[in-house]
Amino acid sequence: MTTLLSVSALDAFYGDFQALFGIDFKLEQGEAVAVIGANGAGKSTLLKSLAGLVRNRRDAIRLAGQEIGDSTAAKVVRLGLALVPEGRQLFPSLTVEENLLIGAYGGDRTSPWDLPSVYRTFPVLQERRHSSVTVLSGGQQQMVAIGRALMSNPSILLCDEISLGLAPIVVEDIYRMLLHIRDNGTGIIVVEQDIARALRSTDRFYCLQEGRVTLAGTPADADQQAIRSAYFGM
Amino acid sequence: MSGFDTVIEGVLLGGVYALFALGLSLIFGIMRLVNLAHGDLILLAAYLVLSVTTTLGVPLIASTLLIVVVMFAAGYALQRLVLERVLGDDILPPLLVTFGLSIVIQNGLLLAYGADSRRLQAGAFESSSIALAPGLSIGLAPLTALIAAIVAVALMQLIFYRTTLGRAFRATADNPQIAQLMGIDERSVYAIAVGISLAVSVIAAITFGIRANFDPSIGPARLLFAFEAVIIGGLGSLWGTLAGGIVLGLAQAIGARIDPEWQILAGHITFLAVLMLRPRGLFPSRRP
Repeated sequence: MTTLLSVSALDAFYGDFQALFGIDFKLEQGEAVAVIGANGAGKSTLLKSLAGLVRNRRDAIRLAGQEIGDSTAAKVVRLGLALVPEGRQLFPSLTVEENLLIGAYGGDRTSPWDLPSVYRTFPVLQERRHSSVTVLSGGQQQMVAIGRALMSNPSILLCDEISLGLAPIVVEDIYRMLLHIRDNGTGIIVVEQDIARALRSTDRFYCLQEGRVTLAGTPADADQQAIRSAYFGM
Repeated sequence: MSGFDTVIEGVLLGGVYALFALGLSLIFGIMRLVNLAHGDLILLAAYLVLSVTTTLGVPLIASTLLIVVVMFAAGYALQRLVLERVLGDDILPPLLVTFGLSIVIQNGLLLAYGADSRRLQAGAFESSSIALAPGLSIGLAPLTALIAAIVAVALMQLIFYRTTLGRAFRATADNPQIAQLMGIDERSVYAIAVGISLAVSVIAAITFGIRANFDPSIGPARLLFAFEAVIIGGLGSLWGTLAGGIVLGLAQAIGARIDPEWQILAGHITFLAVLMLRPRGLFPSRRP
């Protein structure tokens, strides 16, 4: 396995407020990794840093050997990192299909993901392709958000709290599709508050607490007690 | 026929107002930027066309095309070099900057061209007309203005709803930060929007400059008409802006028919009435 993404000693700031302290993080080719932690642990900040919404030291983040820590979001997506933002954040003025198409705006890569393959993965979206995204159910909106990110043909898909506000059965569906996406060769990083859900579908996990990695490992050999103390700091 | 010709006159005048308003509506819709220098930029375009036609002797059509390109570039540069620095959550700085720009342009024009009023020369085109019925004819120039307004709105609708650039415009208007995640460089999207806005104002400048005299001080009044057209039509809707221009034109024509002193006032009263009865305009965009 080759390392696709590596983060080393990442400190992230919002103005004077430091949200992340010396994060080290790795993603191998074709891997699904979970980032878990309580509210305010810095999970979303980590994803935002990766996606270029929070700018950092140039050499703090490497994607396939290239230093991207200080790149803009618009550039990062061209290099192959696509974020499914928390709360879905679809464009209400655009139809379902237009939301998907705008995902391909920055990409020169056209395979494997394009409109037909996204519709094959999420058939319900094809039926509703000309609808406004505002009339879709939460689960369908989440599918649009994932499809939109896939349209840029990322090498890594970043998913921020994709189960938030969805019915458990819909969450299961979404995770099944994520694994399908991973099996097609796309690396996946999911940020979740639902620890059990995240650990069931990922190869490795990192636990954050107050901006630091407190535990890392594979779900198989993670011990509940260790996770609990890494999560809550107790 | 006297009622009917007033209506025609109003509708035709509305075409000119719609052209004034279109560029304003476009950049407000995409960037939430109110460009207080819009009227003066239209005047600047009119003077540039005047210079190119009279000094260099270039035919009107060719100089229009030339100045469209020049104004697009000017708009692009204006956004990248000036407006971009003040755009943010606070709406006051961009307002102040465009207000300042308005004064700079007015005084610049005064310095360069003097205070005399001018007019664009379009030869026989200015005074030719089409007879619709005995005693009722339409001036070719105002008719062309209305058609130009309709074509301009249709073209912009096409760009907005049928092209990749249009999707980027709408996505950026919805949420600039998330648009960046799609690989959209918001700075270049905004700059293109301002460029298109100024390119459209050249068309407004031509139709207006053939129809009436202009001097460096009249920009703010054109801005006011443009604002009224945008508000009457409903913010964020391009066809609404065309309708708003026509409503304003009609109100002024009818007012003028009652008493020439009432022309401008009737327009303002109609504007206020629309604000009171339909605060979001006649055709507001669906977006909240």
